[in-house]
Amino acid sequence: MIVAPRIYRRVGRALLVGAPLVFLGVFFLWPVGAILGRGLSAHGTIDLSPITEVLRDPSLRGVVLFTIWQAALSTLVTLAIALPATAALSRFRFRGRGLIVAALTMPFVLPTVVVATAFRGLGIQGSLLAIVVAHAFFNVAIVVRVVGASWVSLDRREADAARTLGAGPVRTLTWITLPALRPAIVAASSIVYLFCFTSFGVILVLGGPRFATLETEIYRQTAQLLDLRTAAALSILQLVAVVAALLIAGRATGHARRQIIGSQFRHPPRAGRERLVVAIALSPALVLVGIPLLDLVRRSFAHDAAGYRHLSETPLGAASSSLHALGTSLEVATAATAIAVVLGLALATSVTRPGQRSRSARFAELFVVLPLGVSAVTVGFGFLIVFDTPPLDLRTSWWIIPIAHALVALPFVVRATVPALRAIDPHQREAAALLGARPTQVWREIDLRVVARAAGVAAGFAFAISLGEFGATLFIVRPETTTVPVAIFRFLSHPGATNVDQAMALATILMAITGLIALAGERFHRVGRTGSVL
Amino acid sequence: MHARSLSLITAVALLTVGACGSEIGATGGRGSKTVTLVAHDSFAVSKSVFQAFTRQTGWKVRVLKNGDAGAALNQAILTKDAPLGDAFFGVDNTFLTRALDAHVFTPYRARELDRVPRRLRLDPTSHVTPIDFGDVCVNADRKWFATHNIAIPRTLDDLTAPEYKDLLVVENPATSSPGLAFVAATVAQFGDGWLDYWDRLRANGVKAVDGWEQAYTGEFSGAAGSTGDRPLVVSYASSPPAEVFFADPPTADAPTVSLDRTCFRQVEFAGVLRGATHPDGARRLIDFMLSQRFQRDLPLTMFVNPAVAGTPLPPAFTKFGTVPADPFTIPANQIGRDREAWIKQWTAHILR
Repeated sequence: MIVAPRIYRRVGRALLVGAPLVFLGVFFLWPVGAILGRGLSAHGTIDLSPITEVLRDPSLRGVVLFTIWQAALSTLVTLAIALPATAALSRFRFRGRGLIVAALTMPFVLPTVVVATAFRGLGIQGSLLAIVVAHAFFNVAIVVRVVGASWVSLDRREADAARTLGAGPVRTLTWITLPALRPAIVAASSIVYLFCFTSFGVILVLGGPRFATLETEIYRQTAQLLDLRTAAALSILQLVAVVAALLIAGRATGHARRQIIGSQFRHPPRAGRERLVVAIALSPALVLVGIPLLDLVRRSFAHDAAGYRHLSETPLGAASSSLHALGTSLEVATAATAIAVVLGLALATSVTRPGQRSRSARFAELFVVLPLGVSAVTVGFGFLIVFDTPPLDLRTSWWIIPIAHALVALPFVVRATVPALRAIDPHQREAAALLGARPTQVWREIDLRVVARAAGVAAGFAFAISLGEFGATLFIVRPETTTVPVAIFRFLSHPGATNVDQAMALATILMAITGLIALAGERFHRVGRTGSVL
Repeated sequence: MHARSLSLITAVALLTVGACGSEIGATGGRGSKTVTLVAHDSFAVSKSVFQAFTRQTGWKVRVLKNGDAGAALNQAILTKDAPLGDAFFGVDNTFLTRALDAHVFTPYRARELDRVPRRLRLDPTSHVTPIDFGDVCVNADRKWFATHNIAIPRTLDDLTAPEYKDLLVVENPATSSPGLAFVAATVAQFGDGWLDYWDRLRANGVKAVDGWEQAYTGEFSGAAGSTGDRPLVVSYASSPPAEVFFADPPTADAPTVSLDRTCFRQVEFAGVLRGATHPDGARRLIDFMLSQRFQRDLPLTMFVNPAVAGTPLPPAFTKFGTVPADPFTIPANQIGRDREAWIKQWTAHILR
């Protein structure tokens, strides 16, 4: 009856895996390869001697080592602060819960220059402590969202059974809950690690000129000195370190445990003791994130909220008002989110398909995360030398910005959705097929339903990433479409009260939008839950 | 070959999928000609000024911005075989030789070049045209010095005196253009002894940060809304008038003052990019940048001085800002030759 289902299916499958890989190949691998090739080619051959030169230079060797251990330390501190908060937010329902989730997500979009002013008050600027604390501040959101998404879909019955059989809460946590969460924790940690590994603003602004990482050094060699040879050598070292870290993370993930789509009902903290535990678990994260955020909001209302009142005016010398920048930011973020979610879901679906060979699936998962581990300036300068053929001179297209943002957001979508998809019990699919469901129907009724929650989180994150993204936007040639972070930066690069006021007001608005999106995401979860059957 | 055509297909697909965003990226259209100006992030111009250019010449202007002055120039060098635009704005005298050596510009002598004072015309080959100049100077927080009853320092030597211990914040010359200009000022004053001067500054508690924003809005006590505690900062001669201009509520007097004897002059140039698609439009644009319309707009948009002699300046600019009579200068080719060495030595003396 159906004429050529096999061909359709084959084409469909090829597209599913092909589209994301072509995207990554064209917009990541090709530009990065080209710029590395330009740096390392000498007389028509590839010359790898710069790498050994870099490794022989004691100060550059120091830079490599510092980059690795500061990222590791920052990741551990982030986990230590974020995991207890995640537990409290995933297990319990209480007043203000949604607001807390929203607040913890906000730092993600804030420009470092703005945050630095809030951190100054702590008196730790220019130290390793400042770097680590700031990294935790920015990245708590990743752990809360990625691990939290997995936590609420755990099947509670196992934990309940363990409790019934006499295991205490600690034992249940270490024997049942944490092992089940391991893939999500590893996924979140590796993303946090990569962000800290390649962080730029935090090192420069909060660490100060005494600290140098591979990322700041690559920026200096590329953008300031145009020493592409040294920059290429450093970039290759960066790639090697990133791949090694990802392989270790892959080992640590272990095998995802099959589970029936669960949906934990959060309950209010019962006894006084439980309330105390929730408060203690939440307080480190709340203090870390709350103090700088409140300080920022307070400053944004200085001079009778003049910063907000001036926003509709066009700043001198600018082409349009800051409100216009807000519109641009939302448009760019929408486009970037659409690209990242469509391609990310396609890739996640194809790597978790039953019967998929695990080696190629692992490779694809690793590949998609690589853009997080490569310097924005390397990708940006790579864009310049490959997309230069008219009529498709993409270098100056509006699309180059959402594409660059999508490269950063894609790994989030994949990392957030793969564990959920992998956790689906194949028996559920088989049962559905046995009952007569077509493959697309199976996908819609089972896969999509499971993945919707994770995809919602991922989409929210992709949107936030794009809203707050500044580094790559700065290195990529852009037509004069100012995004909000760029507008903030521009205000802060002029002296005077009205400029500072407007920068703070814009940053606060950016935060508020992110918070609203996070709140909407929470709402969405609730709707999704009442609809679920199991 | 294959990779390239594949990318074209993807790109076309992507562009068609999201045609909704096209009105933002689209320029020109309806038969008008568009000239593309590549500039650094600090470039700014009043909207009406480019509209006047379009009325006069029929050329529309599209502005592309990429990074700070150094990064923007390096991108221009990297793309010189297929330039991003037709004209480039924002090479300064500290990067002039790098731009000229890399052959990114094609010669063009602007029509009104003769009205620019000779001391600003640093490129005898006319590959680039001087458009504006500014001075990087130490700024002081007047209120701080008044409250503490200490005289405001006047010279570079004063800054190493014990009463000014722990008061100065400077920018890293490796990452900041005012930072590099201030190092050049010390080289101009002290010659081979410039590093000794920096050793003295270090002993006197100088603080270095990576960028102007951190130094000025973060560390400097005189900036509006600042939480900083250092009353001396390396900034611009135009920062005091900017403080007044952007004050809220309005003030009658500048909270800060620029120290005239600590200044290094920066001259900014524009030029026609070699291989430009519209070299004629680019030439018209360079001419326009020396016109009164453009020159008069410079002080209150980019806070720099017009290069054309006798351009009237707005009162807000002249009342609180001064143009130092005798700023430090260093020949562009010497800066080009020694820049990297200065940065290396400065890093070793101040940061390590």
